[in-house]
Amino acid sequence: MDGTAPLFRMEGISKRYGGVRALEKAELTVTAGSIHAILGENGAGKSTLIKIMAGVVAPDEGRMTLDGSEVTFASPAAANQSGIVCIFQELSLIPELSVADNIVISNPPKRFGMIDRKAQRKIAEEALARAGASDIHPRALVKDLPLSRRQMVEIAKALARKPRILILDEATSALTAADVARVFEVLKRLRSEGLALLYISHRMNEIAELADHCTVFRNGRNVASYPAGSKSDNEVVELMIGREYSHIFPPKPASAPAAATVLEARNLSWADRLDNISLSVRAGEVVGLGGLDGQGQRELLLAFFGVLRGLRGEVLIDGRPVSIASPTAASHGRIGMALIPEDRKTEGLMLPMTVRENLSFAALDRLSKAGIIDRAAEQRLIDDMVGLLAIKTAGLDIPVGALSGGNQQKVVIAKWLMRQPRIILLNDPTRGIDVGTKQELYQLMRKLADAGAAILFYSTDYDELIGCCDRVLVLYDGAVKRELVGAGLTEHALIASALNIHGDDVRIGQGEHA
Amino acid sequence: MSETTHGGIMGGIAGRMPKFIRRADPAVLTAFACIVVLLLLGSLYSRNFLSPEYLLQQLKVASFLGVIATGMMLVILLGQIDLSVPWAVAAGAMMACAAAAYGSVGVALAIPFGVLCGVAIGIVNGIGVAYLRIPSMIITLATNAVAQGLMVVYTGGFSPQDSATAAMRYLATGFTIPGVPNAVIIWALIGAAMVFALTRTSFGRAVYGIGNRERAAYLSGIDTRRVVMIAFAVSGGLSAFGGVLLAGYASKAAQSMGDAYLLPSIAAVVLGGTSILGGRGSYLGTVAGVILITLLQSILSVMQMPEAGRQIIYGVVIVAMLLLYGRAPASR
Amino acid sequence: MKDWRYRLAEQRGTLLAFGIFIVMFAIYSGNHPAGFTANVVQTAANKGVLLAFVAMAQTLVVITAGIDLSVGMIFTLTNCMASWLVVGTGLETAFGVLAVLGTGLICGAVNGAIVIYGRLQPIVTTIATGAVYFGLALLLRPVPGGSVNEDLADFLTGRFFGVVPASLVALLVIVLVVWVPFSRSELGRAAYAAGSSETAAYMSGVPIRRGKLLAYTLAGLLAAIGGLFLTFFTYTGEAAYASGNAYTLFSIAAVVLGGVSLFGGKGSAIGAIFGALAFRTIGDLLFVFDFDPLWQPLFQGVILLIAVSLGAFALFRVRNRLEWFL
Repeated sequence: MDGTAPLFRMEGISKRYGGVRALEKAELTVTAGSIHAILGENGAGKSTLIKIMAGVVAPDEGRMTLDGSEVTFASPAAANQSGIVCIFQELSLIPELSVADNIVISNPPKRFGMIDRKAQRKIAEEALARAGASDIHPRALVKDLPLSRRQMVEIAKALARKPRILILDEATSALTAADVARVFEVLKRLRSEGLALLYISHRMNEIAELADHCTVFRNGRNVASYPAGSKSDNEVVELMIGREYSHIFPPKPASAPAAATVLEARNLSWADRLDNISLSVRAGEVVGLGGLDGQGQRELLLAFFGVLRGLRGEVLIDGRPVSIASPTAASHGRIGMALIPEDRKTEGLMLPMTVRENLSFAALDRLSKAGIIDRAAEQRLIDDMVGLLAIKTAGLDIPVGALSGGNQQKVVIAKWLMRQPRIILLNDPTRGIDVGTKQELYQLMRKLADAGAAILFYSTDYDELIGCCDRVLVLYDGAVKRELVGAGLTEHALIASALNIHGDDVRIGQGEHA
Repeated sequence: MSETTHGGIMGGIAGRMPKFIRRADPAVLTAFACIVVLLLLGSLYSRNFLSPEYLLQQLKVASFLGVIATGMMLVILLGQIDLSVPWAVAAGAMMACAAAAYGSVGVALAIPFGVLCGVAIGIVNGIGVAYLRIPSMIITLATNAVAQGLMVVYTGGFSPQDSATAAMRYLATGFTIPGVPNAVIIWALIGAAMVFALTRTSFGRAVYGIGNRERAAYLSGIDTRRVVMIAFAVSGGLSAFGGVLLAGYASKAAQSMGDAYLLPSIAAVVLGGTSILGGRGSYLGTVAGVILITLLQSILSVMQMPEAGRQIIYGVVIVAMLLLYGRAPASR
Repeated sequence: MKDWRYRLAEQRGTLLAFGIFIVMFAIYSGNHPAGFTANVVQTAANKGVLLAFVAMAQTLVVITAGIDLSVGMIFTLTNCMASWLVVGTGLETAFGVLAVLGTGLICGAVNGAIVIYGRLQPIVTTIATGAVYFGLALLLRPVPGGSVNEDLADFLTGRFFGVVPASLVALLVIVLVVWVPFSRSELGRAAYAAGSSETAAYMSGVPIRRGKLLAYTLAGLLAAIGGLFLTFFTYTGEAAYASGNAYTLFSIAAVVLGGVSLFGGKGSAIGAIFGALAFRTIGDLLFVFDFDPLWQPLFQGVILLIAVSLGAFALFRVRNRLEWFL
């Protein structure tokens, strides 16, 4: 393998989103006829890297060479033309079209200028067979297929484009165990046919079984490359964590507070995303939600906040069962819940509206009498909040979109603190904000807990969970797999349980439920 | 991209202006500038154009459109649209006149009854949009058709014989303050109420919030469905009230009296700088838009421009203005 | 599942519309004083075909997740135009027909260009362009009038072999010449893909803009064919605002009845045709049951209201309320 010339190289690739650095002088070399695994924590830059490879985003600097000559991709279609095909995490299938339509979508076979449906059917059947998914009918509509079948169609669609380099980004995350086995056979066959495969996964056992070569990414850089199997799981985890930055976290209280339980869930299930979750949060406690991204943490927070329909199980507030049917019900009245949502730009703020309007938006009912806003009271409370959170803004009447990411996030938090919530749910609040603001938020979180708030805190940053939380619940596949407390709350334990490499191989046992 | 274009052009001009103007929406300024240009053009054509009588007469004509456009603006601020205006106007007018036929109680209740009919149409729209999440343009078209059907059945397909009450005529054509038509006062009152509702109440904040990002408004604990519902009810009510005034102005209701108000009411709101996508716009802009449209109509009719030319000019002006201000962001 | 079951599922919306139409037409002709005769069928066909053309036009735009509120006005404009141009010798008539159809194409392309390249909302755009098209119609026909090549008109509105309504045959030909190639072309599929999920379509490298532009343009053409036929039936041109609006409105009803999703990406013009025929028949049912014709607008409005509310049932399957706010 080492004797062959590299098929594809990326050198000195950098990419920034606003002020946030996603990739910094990253390198990658891909060889034909091998499976190359890419590892890294959430936000290490893996997704950006492959988006650049696939022509979805353009790099700020750096060069790419294919077969030794330099290339640039203006669009996904251009990358496809060059033989680079990516299977994305977010599906690129068109729901109202049939499986066969989707498989040939970018280049349908034509006869007399019209799509040749017979040829299309043939291509689709071949591609499905090659992907090991001939049980899927080419005429079925994609929207009628379950997620795992759609993922198989994605793979078939990629194969129909006759790729030279195939990128699989968490392509197995939605698959059943039986499908995973079939996909592996396909991938190994493709390797023997001379394709280059890039495989991105959080599942260590998959990588061990499949990969020839591994590259670890951390903080937007490739930090290590090694032949698969030459390092132990422990060593790999160490590489992924690194020791690049450390946060200053406020001290935790010595022992768990003996306060009453405020928020409790019993056997909470929803669709196929939440699986029998039970947990409780006491007043004054910061409870973390850990695990890989997309294991049901966000859904759990939405479930508490009254957004999800068809919940099974019980939610209790102050020990009494409640039924919360809307964010209005969750935030108003006795419950007093607040949710700092996932995406501050689309869910937390109205970017074109002013800082003032955004700050008072969640507390309008408290700031008004008979529907008329008491502007003096509004001003007082806003001044308090701007002071408390040290929000840096050129004024209260400028659009909130003009603020920096960190200050925007402070506005989202402040707008909820204006209601003095008793229960605070945070959905990855430090994503994409600067280190200084992060530290202020850690302090604030502890301060709120000390003042008696019950806090449920989801973060994709493991450091943060360890530094801020009294306890961390690790989710996997919509279920709480482990609870880490006190001295047991270490990075190693967190990552190991997030990757579910803890001996008990859960995947095989419950593979068919998707 | 649209932001930068108009920021670039307008920014250059606005930079040399006093501060209070610089802070105003460039779209509103443009609309007012167009009004001045139209007046000047008109005065070239006829000296009467700048006389107080003529201007007051224009303001009076504008107030009917102003009342209707007020409701339309509320709905557009939410990022929706109300296409049931034509028959909400006609239903308000016809029902008010019809009530007048039922003795003194009917005469007394004529105006509220007419407005309530419009509110009812608006509530059906609101249920469809807020609770059934049917696209507003579809459900409001459908309620428009149903309202039309009801009116046709009621009137037998002819213009109704009932005439407007004295109160309706007084509101539309009378003078409480010497020199100022009542219709103008009514528009001013409704406008003031709308400005207050939009800027000083939690309802108004919620309207802008929903128009900007309904998802964020919902997650902020706003009962977004109730707000949408109320806005459509208000829009229906104001359309019907506009119809009541028009019936008072003409002394009776007519079959297709509302048709002439759909496009102008949308145009007035949009030309006044309110984003058709919702969330952005001021009532001052709508006032400017209403006056602009009315003057445009007036000039075209003074110039004896046939209906055909008016329709074409409307359409072209609206598309042109939208291309300047109302474009969606580029997808990539 | 077997192949035929998928084929059935694909055509479910169309078949349902077909079923509704058959049932309605059976009731209609069964209670018609003249019964099921060639004459009754011909009259019904001639009325239905007009709406069918306009509904096909609306379908093309709705598939892209847009809406065209100007179809009725293009229909009216081309009617007025045909009443001037589709006259005289065979050659003159042919030239007139081409001019009328070309005008429809241009109207549709203008709508599409403004929506796609101007990035304006389809609804406001088409209301505004609708005003322009109506204005042009008024310019051509300030008062109703004009004439049409009667030989051609009678040929296309009469019957073949004494039984088959010529207008139905014309409709079939248009389906084969316009709709079938469109739906099987790459750009047609792009229009569907863009309507179903614009992001996924982009990620898959589908020619979204060209597909949508083609859909809007062909919609203009189909509306113009409708306008042409209106002239053949009435022998005159009339810039009737109410009638133009009614056709726009009914086209939406027909599209919904025909199983075309207003959210885009789903449905076929064949379904919309049966939706249009069914809608017309339902409207005419009142006549055979001796209802006062005054009730017809209300009756049609209520059908429209019910039809558009049917789509709301999908809402009850949504389990994450955030999906309401896409």
